Amino acid sequence: MKLFKAYCQDFFRYRYLLYNLVGRDFKLKYRRSVLGVIWSVLNPLLMNVVMVIVFSTIMDMRSAGIKNFSVYLIIGQLLFSFFNEATSVAMGSVLSSAPLLRKVYIPKYIFPLEKVTFSLVNCLFSFIALIIVMVVTRAPLHLTVILALYPLMTLFVFSLGIGLILATLAVFFRDIMHLWNVFTTALMYFSAIFYDPMGLQTSPSVLFLQKFISFNPVYWYITAFRGVVLDGRLLTSAEILVCGICGIVALIVGLLVFRKYQDKFVLHM
Amino acid sequence: MNMIEIENVSMRFNLAREKSESLKEYFLQMVQGKLHFDEFYALRNVTFNVEKGDFFGLIGLNGSGKSTLLKVISGVYKPTEGTTRVKGTIAPLIELGAGFDMDLTARENIYLNGTVLGLTPKYIQEKFDEIVEFSELKDFLDVPLKNYSSGMIARIGFAIATITQPDVLIADEILSVGDFLFQEKCEKRMQHLRENGTTMILVSHSIQQIERNCNKVAWLEKGRLKMVGDTKTVCDAYKQIHQE
Ligand SMILES: Nc1ncnc2c1ncn2[C@@H]1O[C@H](COP(=O)(O)OP(=O)(O)O)[C@@H](O)[C@H]1O
Ligand SMILES: [Mg+2]
Repeated sequence: MKLFKAYCQDFFRYRYLLYNLVGRDFKLKYRRSVLGVIWSVLNPLLMNVVMVIVFSTIMDMRSAGIKNFSVYLIIGQLLFSFFNEATSVAMGSVLSSAPLLRKVYIPKYIFPLEKVTFSLVNCLFSFIALIIVMVVTRAPLHLTVILALYPLMTLFVFSLGIGLILATLAVFFRDIMHLWNVFTTALMYFSAIFYDPMGLQTSPSVLFLQKFISFNPVYWYITAFRGVVLDGRLLTSAEILVCGICGIVALIVGLLVFRKYQDKFVLHM
Repeated sequence: MNMIEIENVSMRFNLAREKSESLKEYFLQMVQGKLHFDEFYALRNVTFNVEKGDFFGLIGLNGSGKSTLLKVISGVYKPTEGTTRVKGTIAPLIELGAGFDMDLTARENIYLNGTVLGLTPKYIQEKFDEIVEFSELKDFLDVPLKNYSSGMIARIGFAIATITQPDVLIADEILSVGDFLFQEKCEKRMQHLRENGTTMILVSHSIQQIERNCNKVAWLEKGRLKMVGDTKTVCDAYKQIHQE
């Protein structure tokens, strides 16, 4: 708790730095490309169209229990790529700030936090793609859409926790960057982005898959988000618990690991 | 009153003989029991105090640990042994322009760097003109920094770091960049800050500059404190050995 308080005080003092760093990333990302923000909308949108065409020709999504496959798919895409981007850039954030960290004192966790925040900003922009898909497919708009904030915010906290751990590891072992890349690619297939594990015919291997997937926190965030946006239902208590607890546990472990090693960072960069 | 207390500070670096940056190498070395480092002490048992209002000089040959000591004081390094205590705010000028992003313009960098130093955007806004005036870069404000010369970057860096009245200002060989006009200007600014109560630590390879500005000097040699005292005594002893 004391640790948490210290982090908060630091955070308050350096909040403008956080804000300016996000602003910098934003300017650098969008200043030079002509299409600017449009890219972060167009990219998931095009991917969505391609995947919808491919998957609806090889499988019948309606019989698999997915009402609106386009929306189902794009929610999975967007949330997963948020998690993927946030953790990947957070991982390299401390290392790439080495020139600065070697010369002035700044609380180092600012950098993973900034990267995860910036990824969230990008993700919010890409929600325009979600809106477009919903409009085009005439998906009904439910009031429960507001509840989507919960899985989104808890996913942010979860990604931050994982990002802090990865950023620490990356300082000592550069290899982790490649390993993580492989890991997230594998994880993507177990996040039920383009299929519904609960809608598959039951067989021993499917049961195993369902069990296995339920250990994947990212799957829970995506499912909760789909539930409130697509199905217009409330969050189940299991979803509230799993999303919240995974986020908080990841953050606490992340902060502890980061704190334990942060004094050694400068010596290894 | 002591503004800075440095007590028995040692700083050890591990010079990894074979850098184990990949997991495979790390495990191989660990299994083979080869995971050892060459230890190197950049500072050993350094103890001294800096009093309020001091203009404190730090001298020594290259590699004697001056920069390392400044980084320990400003919190970049945590000392391996010993403690440092600093009262109040520190403005570190370890390397002018640290934290600048070369792809951003000067204007954007002033805001970014100001917040790196813990200033609020509102405060920076108020002092913006003053910063621009001091750095004499009015016509270049919206040019990306990568088109600047190192002297120009140093000017902005100095202007931002000295815009507040910090309790302690730490300057590491910063006055060696830029032309003599800029150096004069910086020295004047530092004297001005000092008259208003800022405590200074200055590292310079120009012994004349130390003699001109400082009232106390510490002399480091191979990481150890060789001598500390008033400027004349220490500088004379130093000059005698290094025949300047
Ligand atoms: N991060 C580091 N890792 C290993 N050795 C270092 C590091 N920083 C400094 N050193 C070593 O510490 C010694 C003192 O360096 P420094 O403090 O920069 O000296 P000075 O500023 O007096 O020239 C040098 O021998 C340098 O090689
Ligand atoms: Mg030096």
